[in-house]
Amino acid sequence: MKKIASVAALSAIAVGMSTAAQAEGTLDAVKDKGFVQCGVSTGLPGFSNPDEKGNWQGMDVDVCRAIAAAVLGDASKVKYIPLTAKERFTALQSGEIDVLSRNTTWTQTRDTTLGLNFAGVNYYDGQGFLVSKNLGVKSAKELDGAAVCIQSGTTTELNLSDYFKLNNMQFDPIVFDTSDQTVKGFEAGRCDVLTSDQSQLYALRIKLADPSSAMVLPEVISKEPLGPVVRQGDDQWFNIVKWSLNAMINAEELGLSSANVDSMKESSDNPSIKRLIGLEGPKGEGLGLADDWGYQIVKQVGNYGEVFERNVGAGSPLGIERGINALWNQGGFLYAPPMR
Amino acid sequence: MPTDVNKGVAPSSKPKFWNDPDKRAMLFQVLMILAIVGFFYYVINNALTNLDNRGITTGFGFLSQAAGFDILLTLVPFDSSYSFGRTFIVGLLNTLLVSFLGIILATLLGFVMGVARLSHNWLVAKVAAVYIETFRNIPLLLQIFFWYVAVLQTLPSPRQSIELGAGSFLNIRGLYIPSPVFESGFSAVVIALVATIIGIVFLVRWNHKRQDATGKYFPVGWASLALLIVVPGLVFLLAGSPLSWDYPELRGFNFRGGTTIIPELIALLLALTIYTGTFIAETVRAGILAVSHGQTEAAHALGLSNSRTLRLVVIPQAMRVIIPPLTSQHLNLIKNSSLATAIGYPDLVSVFMGTTLNQTGQAIEIIFMTMAVYLTINLLVSLFMNWYNKRVALVER
Ligand SMILES: N[C@@H](CCC(=O)N[C@@H](CS)C(=O)NCC(=O)O)C(=O)O
Repeated sequence: MKKIASVAALSAIAVGMSTAAQAEGTLDAVKDKGFVQCGVSTGLPGFSNPDEKGNWQGMDVDVCRAIAAAVLGDASKVKYIPLTAKERFTALQSGEIDVLSRNTTWTQTRDTTLGLNFAGVNYYDGQGFLVSKNLGVKSAKELDGAAVCIQSGTTTELNLSDYFKLNNMQFDPIVFDTSDQTVKGFEAGRCDVLTSDQSQLYALRIKLADPSSAMVLPEVISKEPLGPVVRQGDDQWFNIVKWSLNAMINAEELGLSSANVDSMKESSDNPSIKRLIGLEGPKGEGLGLADDWGYQIVKQVGNYGEVFERNVGAGSPLGIERGINALWNQGGFLYAPPMR
Repeated sequence: MPTDVNKGVAPSSKPKFWNDPDKRAMLFQVLMILAIVGFFYYVINNALTNLDNRGITTGFGFLSQAAGFDILLTLVPFDSSYSFGRTFIVGLLNTLLVSFLGIILATLLGFVMGVARLSHNWLVAKVAAVYIETFRNIPLLLQIFFWYVAVLQTLPSPRQSIELGAGSFLNIRGLYIPSPVFESGFSAVVIALVATIIGIVFLVRWNHKRQDATGKYFPVGWASLALLIVVPGLVFLLAGSPLSWDYPELRGFNFRGGTTIIPELIALLLALTIYTGTFIAETVRAGILAVSHGQTEAAHALGLSNSRTLRLVVIPQAMRVIIPPLTSQHLNLIKNSSLATAIGYPDLVSVFMGTTLNQTGQAIEIIFMTMAVYLTINLLVSLFMNWYNKRVALVER
């Protein structure tokens, strides 16, 4: 057995991959370690950003916390690994992280050729443009000849080329590795336009020295469904991440929140609520988790609506509206399969 | 002789295979090669199987797929419809561009500063010493950021560009200079230029021979310079000045037309030149000091002037000492140019190992190709420098 492990280690080193995830399933590995290793951005307000005290916060961070709450019963048992757009997939493939929750767009190439699986969508986004107000530009169609700052290794790079080509416009791509550099380049005037997912533009705008000097153009040029990603081939872990997200969305639909989950546990007769909390129904068995995994998520992290408002919605400096990220029965796209 | 003695003792029976040191050495070498080949076969095979098991696509098929992204600086035609393979070429050429310019500039700067540090003029020697000691001791990455962020990013916006005269502008987006447009008759000028250069080569040879035979010296340097200006110049005028300039103009957001030298290239080139120049300067100084003072005195005794002593006696001998470490500095510069990615200069590492790797996810293939490129470039430079070193090496007579 030892020999097999060491041969595996050797071959893994040969391809630059660690063995942690190979020898045993991710769930067991996480339980052994006692924490979830979660890949996040290097700092994107509202999605994954450390606060003054160094605590990570944001929509994507809350997905990590939900997974930790479900698996370990403690939402704080997460180790955050900041990754640039370029580093993220290799970090996941190599087993350096257990889950990637870093404003990552679900595309066919990524899903089918990288050995990865997308476990759902936690934010429906689209690419937009941020321009300095004194440029006097009102529409993206007026951007012919502009210098555009982008981050390397993103879908943004590809959409940008498509859009300018389709509209017979020219541009100079100014490519940086991190969002900090991109913002600095934009502020210094190296480029006229900064392009990224729209939610991120609002987030980056508040990082500017003078946020009111810049505005987001109305055009949305692409579909960017952002969600958590896991390694392909570990269905159990894939299910855990998928259903942790689903539990948050279903909790909002059922009116279950961190504030009322304890009283609901005592008093509710609604079978859907009872199943989510783990008093009835499939509970934790199929996932290999404790029966109260759903309860822990709602109690410690909150439902999707709470997470949204706290991080990017009205309760945050970003002030983004729910829009397409509302529940399906409120005019949005969020629709989680039933928990039964 | 020992072999004769051996033969005498056992004339008929040859030594056993394992007792013959030559054959034994051969055997071990074959075993070694087999082991190495086997090891690599095992590792590569293992890697491929592993990747396949994990559902990660392998192979070089991606090289022919459309890239889908654009690149800021391309020396060959490129847009998003070209292939990923083309991004490799674009990145490679950008790496070669900055390395080539960097090597030339750093070598020039290094020679000047190395000689200056030995100057008898106190001020000149001190300036050189301060330059060397300062820039040699600051990390290169920091210097790149310094030029890019602290110097070039503080330049004004395109609308407030600094006018440099002669149709050139400098702003935060780069240096904009007019580019020449060659009209139909220009080839005549090029032919004239080539012919003049060939003529000069013959002139120099003739001069050498004549000097050897008669001791008479003809100021061939000045004559060549005059020829170089006058002959192509006359042809240029005769052909009706077949050259015009394309001037950069502010159109919309940016300057268009002319040639743009992007700030990322300027910053990288400045940093690489200044940093590597210090090491070359020290190499040159060491080389000159290695030539014994007797050589200078002998040259002076023969009546050679200071500058001719340096040019004809000291430098040629110093070169023998200088070339090998100089080669290392050139190789360092090429490798250091990969720091380009820190400021977004689209070199091989940034374009191919960065964006292309990320868009295709084929890390192993791409990293392998990139490493192979640096290895090849550096081996070629080494080969060239070794050849050159052989030529200048002291020929013992
Ligand atoms: N959703 C896109 C873009 C994601 C992305 O990386 N956006 C940049 C916006 S500038 C970012 O979040 N940077 C933060 C970082 O590098 O840490 C993708 O998946 O490719």
